[in-house]
Amino acid sequence: ECPGTGSAQAGRAAACQGCPNQGLCAAGAAGPDAAELAELRERLRAVRHKVLVLSGKGGVGKSTLSAVLAHGLAADEDKQVALLDIDICGPSIPKMMGLEGEQVHQSGSGWSPVYVEENLGVMSVGFLLGSPDDAVIWRGPKKNGLIKQFLRDVDWGEVDYLIVDTPPGTSDEHLSIVQLLSATHIDGAVIVTTPQEVSLQDVRKEINFCHKVKVPIIGVVENMSGFVCPKCKNESQIFPPTTGGAEKMCQNLNVSLLGKVPLDPQIGKSCDSGQSFLSEAPESPATLSYRNIIQRIQEYCEQHHFQEEKII
Amino acid sequence: FPERSNLAGVQHVLLVLSGKGGVGKSTISTELALALWHSGKRVGILDVDLCGPSIPRMLRVQDRAVHQCDSGWVPVLVGQDKGVSLMSIGFLLERPDDAVVWRGPKKNALIKQFVTDVAWGDLDFLIVDTPPGTSDEHISTVEALRPHRLLGAVLVTTPQ
Repeated sequence: ECPGTGSAQAGRAAACQGCPNQGLCAAGAAGPDAAELAELRERLRAVRHKVLVLSGKGGVGKSTLSAVLAHGLAADEDKQVALLDIDICGPSIPKMMGLEGEQVHQSGSGWSPVYVEENLGVMSVGFLLGSPDDAVIWRGPKKNGLIKQFLRDVDWGEVDYLIVDTPPGTSDEHLSIVQLLSATHIDGAVIVTTPQEVSLQDVRKEINFCHKVKVPIIGVVENMSGFVCPKCKNESQIFPPTTGGAEKMCQNLNVSLLGKVPLDPQIGKSCDSGQSFLSEAPESPATLSYRNIIQRIQEYCEQHHFQEEKII
Repeated sequence: FPERSNLAGVQHVLLVLSGKGGVGKSTISTELALALWHSGKRVGILDVDLCGPSIPRMLRVQDRAVHQCDSGWVPVLVGQDKGVSLMSIGFLLERPDDAVVWRGPKKNALIKQFVTDVAWGDLDFLIVDTPPGTSDEHISTVEALRPHRLLGAVLVTTPQ
């Protein structure tokens, strides 16, 4: 059995003999060392809550949810919100937040996030590209290096909520963010899916990933869950839940279903135009779903933080 | 004397790419393969999405296993007349919900094996389904396929 490329035994265990990867694993630690972790712990000391938005499946609405969550939390002007986009190949957050073309500024205290509102700062590789069509064709190690820089060199300041938007999959970016944040405390992961089995089968893997790396699961969000025609009010299942959808999966795997969000063409429009969907369509059933989901995420974070403080 | 490469009998290799996830790459790969097969072509699908392999389920062969032969892995043959052959990491997982949590180098090693060590035999088309992005899987796949007849890439998107 492979001991895991990130483990101390990587490349050195008996099972590694003959593995084509042995040399690479043995050559260097795939994860951060103790000194790096200590540095990150200092840097992120003033970040109260950290929420990862994951999926496994692409195109289910991770970035959309991350953007909506960021806007929703920042509606409370007393809260400081940070949105970190670690999708290095396909960074959607700059466009969704209406920040295309913005650049990152350096100061004595590090990289400055790009602010949408006074209390909502954003960081993404998108801000580092010369042109939005530039492809970032990087292998894993280079992506990992940038993610480390995002955590170490960005001057986030005092933050109540750090939301981390991730690319689809269970690979370098996901391992890196979990390993790098292991120095501090991750409140948990919100996992996004659509009702289709093709999506759920990838999401079950993501749930197993979270168990494997010991990241608590705040819950699952089912996007694209039905469509209500604005004219005739008839409801259609565009992505039929052929195997019971997220609801059945959550029951089977004992995780919370945070909510179901119906399809609304306004969501895609708001994302494309960089506007806040919650502000553009306050009456939409999708807005109501999102608001409930945001509230549940907030409650989870506040409750668990309180329990943590009690223990300390 | 030189061994015949496993891709020597493959006439055309077609990549299905996007950049964006969830736009229908695997769906198109599957439908394209089935359409070509219906028109009398010999078709194979190579699924190099290691984290989220969708093709086995789409062709209803998610419960099958792969076997080895002298020239490497034998692809799974799909359908009553075994008209489409398929290789995917999905067949190598012990449990379907097992996450493949690998960093780039390990993914690259397996992709190279998938390209060079699968006994495809004679095919008119090999369709390569890819994960979203422009990273390890894509670089490694193109590098491994370069000596062979790379027909080109079909790019998939949605209107947004």
